[in-house]
Amino acid sequence: MNRRKFLTILGSAGVVSALGSAKVAEASPASFPYYPDSWGVLHDTTRCIGCRRCEAACQKVNNLPEPKVPFTDLSVTEKKRHTTAYEWTVVNKYEVNGKPYFRKLQCFHCNDPACASACFARCFSKLPNGAVVYDGSQCVGCRYCMVACPFYVPGFQYDLAWDPLVQKCTFCEPRLKEGKLPGCVEACPVDAITFGRRSDLIKIARARMAENPGRYVDYLYGEYDAGGTAWMVLAPAAGGAPVPVDDPEGAGAEFKQLGLDTHLGSQPMGQLTYGALGAVPMIVAFWPVLFGGAWAMTKRREAMAKLEQEKIIKDAKDDLAAAVDAAVRKIGETEGEGAAERARQAMTETLKAREAQNSGDGHGEEK
Amino acid sequence: MDTHGIIIPTKDKLFNLEPLLSRTPGNIITWIILAVGFVITVIRFTVGIGSVTNLTEAQPWGLWIGFDLLCGVCLAAGGYFTTVACYVMGMKHFHSAVRPAVTTAFLGYAFVVVALLYDLGHPLRLPYMFFFPGTTSVLFEVGLCVATYLTVLFIEFSVAPMEWLAQKFPWLLTCRKIVIRVTILLTIFGVTLSTLHQSSLGSLYLIAPGKLHPLWYSPFMPMFFFVSSMAAGASMVIFEGLFAHKGVHQYMDATHLREADGVVLSFARAASFILFAYFMLKFIDMLVQANLPWLGTGWGAWWLVEMFGFVLLPALLYAKGARDGNVGLCRLTSVLAVAGIVLNRFNVSMIAFNWQLPSAERYFPSIWEICISIFVVTMIVTAYRFIVYNMPVLYEHPDFKGEEH
Ligand code: SF4
Ligand code: SF4
Ligand code: SF4
Repeated sequence: MNRRKFLTILGSAGVVSALGSAKVAEASPASFPYYPDSWGVLHDTTRCIGCRRCEAACQKVNNLPEPKVPFTDLSVTEKKRHTTAYEWTVVNKYEVNGKPYFRKLQCFHCNDPACASACFARCFSKLPNGAVVYDGSQCVGCRYCMVACPFYVPGFQYDLAWDPLVQKCTFCEPRLKEGKLPGCVEACPVDAITFGRRSDLIKIARARMAENPGRYVDYLYGEYDAGGTAWMVLAPAAGGAPVPVDDPEGAGAEFKQLGLDTHLGSQPMGQLTYGALGAVPMIVAFWPVLFGGAWAMTKRREAMAKLEQEKIIKDAKDDLAAAVDAAVRKIGETEGEGAAERARQAMTETLKAREAQNSGDGHGEEK
Repeated sequence: MDTHGIIIPTKDKLFNLEPLLSRTPGNIITWIILAVGFVITVIRFTVGIGSVTNLTEAQPWGLWIGFDLLCGVCLAAGGYFTTVACYVMGMKHFHSAVRPAVTTAFLGYAFVVVALLYDLGHPLRLPYMFFFPGTTSVLFEVGLCVATYLTVLFIEFSVAPMEWLAQKFPWLLTCRKIVIRVTILLTIFGVTLSTLHQSSLGSLYLIAPGKLHPLWYSPFMPMFFFVSSMAAGASMVIFEGLFAHKGVHQYMDATHLREADGVVLSFARAASFILFAYFMLKFIDMLVQANLPWLGTGWGAWWLVEMFGFVLLPALLYAKGARDGNVGLCRLTSVLAVAGIVLNRFNVSMIAFNWQLPSAERYFPSIWEICISIFVVTMIVTAYRFIVYNMPVLYEHPDFKGEEH
């Protein structure tokens, strides 16, 4: 394992923050935006007013069920809501440095999505236009994609007995194809969500930072996080002194207050498992050799032990035969040939009987 | 042969169902659990997963994955552990432990799959992973290995039912010969597959570093899962013996009884070594990952409880029991060790998972999820009893006596 890989593993485990390892990311080919011309959306939390129009638009253009709380009721933004199978985007209120801000939550349309990497039935795909889409026709409903998504995005239709599916923001893929804007972008009254080429959005974000000193944290969330995402977030700055670079914990504070994970590292989440998956062929190749060898050694030991055993038995038998011979000869010398013959017969019979008895009990021979 | 009056099924009377159907308290409880489980099953499959579980978007995997899958697979590790010890390492004095271990492993895995069907949104689409293989997914590896290993275990196990039915269907004798001849191949294949999926259960969580507490998240989770599965395998053989000697003692033959204590002591010694090694690995990993500051928190205290109470303590007790030849102590320790494994899998999958979420959003299994898990365990125990009452698992069938393989 090279040093960089090791560092990023550590980084993902929460030791080095995403901000601290952003430089590493630039060098890593894996975080290269795969489709340079892909679309993206920039969410400027300093502009968002929490009006929930994007939620309403999303519900309308995607034919989602009516919400439990009407979109005109803004008080629900106080609660930290997640996206669900029926609410693909929600707006929550967060306290950042003591002031209230709003953030819109939806799928980030990651460059190299964890959900797609985790799905064992290949339901997700990252399209060249930037959208991460899901095809439920081969979904097994295991929900590993939900475990994998670092942003808690995909929802599951737990209430359905037949054909429950994973659901999430589609980037309004059908509308993009028709050349229309995503519903939420179109509906935003204050330009808090900007649609554009991902590469342009990064430039726009930098320009906004430069033109409004002190307004933004000098970091574009999603440029590198989790390997880069198509939807990116700008956070309001504390308005005070810039955060020292060697204090990654402090540097991420605004994003953390906005409910964003600053410890995801700059590698796509899926890469965390590639090492383990890469070990599979090694084990498949090596284990049978190892255990086969152990078995062969065991067999050989057993065979040697058996040979030795046989030799001992044979020696004992030879000894016995010699003794019987000697005894018979002695009897022949003193008692005559007839008696010797009878004695030999008696002794042979006894020995045979004993042998038969011995092999009768205990376990049989090994194969 | 000392049979304690074992009823060997004959050609005319194949089934020995009386012990399963008699009106004993144990049987009555079993029937009740099975009936309740059946009702919940109907509800689950007609009203949806949400009707019986507390699963949410934040916690898509609950008790059914955390217990039925993670613990089930881990605790069925006795199968590969015993076969490797007996056939590969040549410890023939474990031979009488092989069949019970293979039987429980096979049942364990079979019911893991059954339990999985409850958790899947589309249970009938389970085979889709072979048609649309998501090869970047750890879950694909788990599924592939479990499916293959279940087949291997089925073949290894099949000897017992074949001996049981051989009098009625003599052609089974040929099959049995073939299976016995490939035993060693199956064993090596089995241990390879076990290594892969035992460790990949740990790899499943590698993709979620932000969700699992740093004390439990580690790039070495696959290794931790594998090493602890070995300890679980050895402990489960002892643990099952504890119950078998209470419940189905009269089905054990003289060889089994003679070898039982030796098996307990040897496996206890092995488990003690493995648990020590596991303890060291976890501790060094904690230091290397600079997690020391976490130990001062509540999570740290909980981690220490797991490490000292459920890893180091059983390791010490096993070591003492094995040295003193104290079979009783080893058996008691196995209860602690098995509890420790379950605790670890619960920590990774449920307790330390989503640790940063506010407590209102944290998951706790619903009563029905717990019921289904109990239902699955009861099905395993019932199936085990049926097999032990009818097939030569704890005794050697007189027709095949002495034909060790
Ligand atoms: S945010 Fe989550 S669901 Fe969306 S693409 Fe990324 S991993 Fe997938
Ligand atoms: S729930 Fe469906 S989409 Fe998600 S990982 Fe499983 S099979 Fe793939
Ligand atoms: S892009 Fe479309 S699907 Fe996604 S949040 Fe906006 S309106 Fe909803």
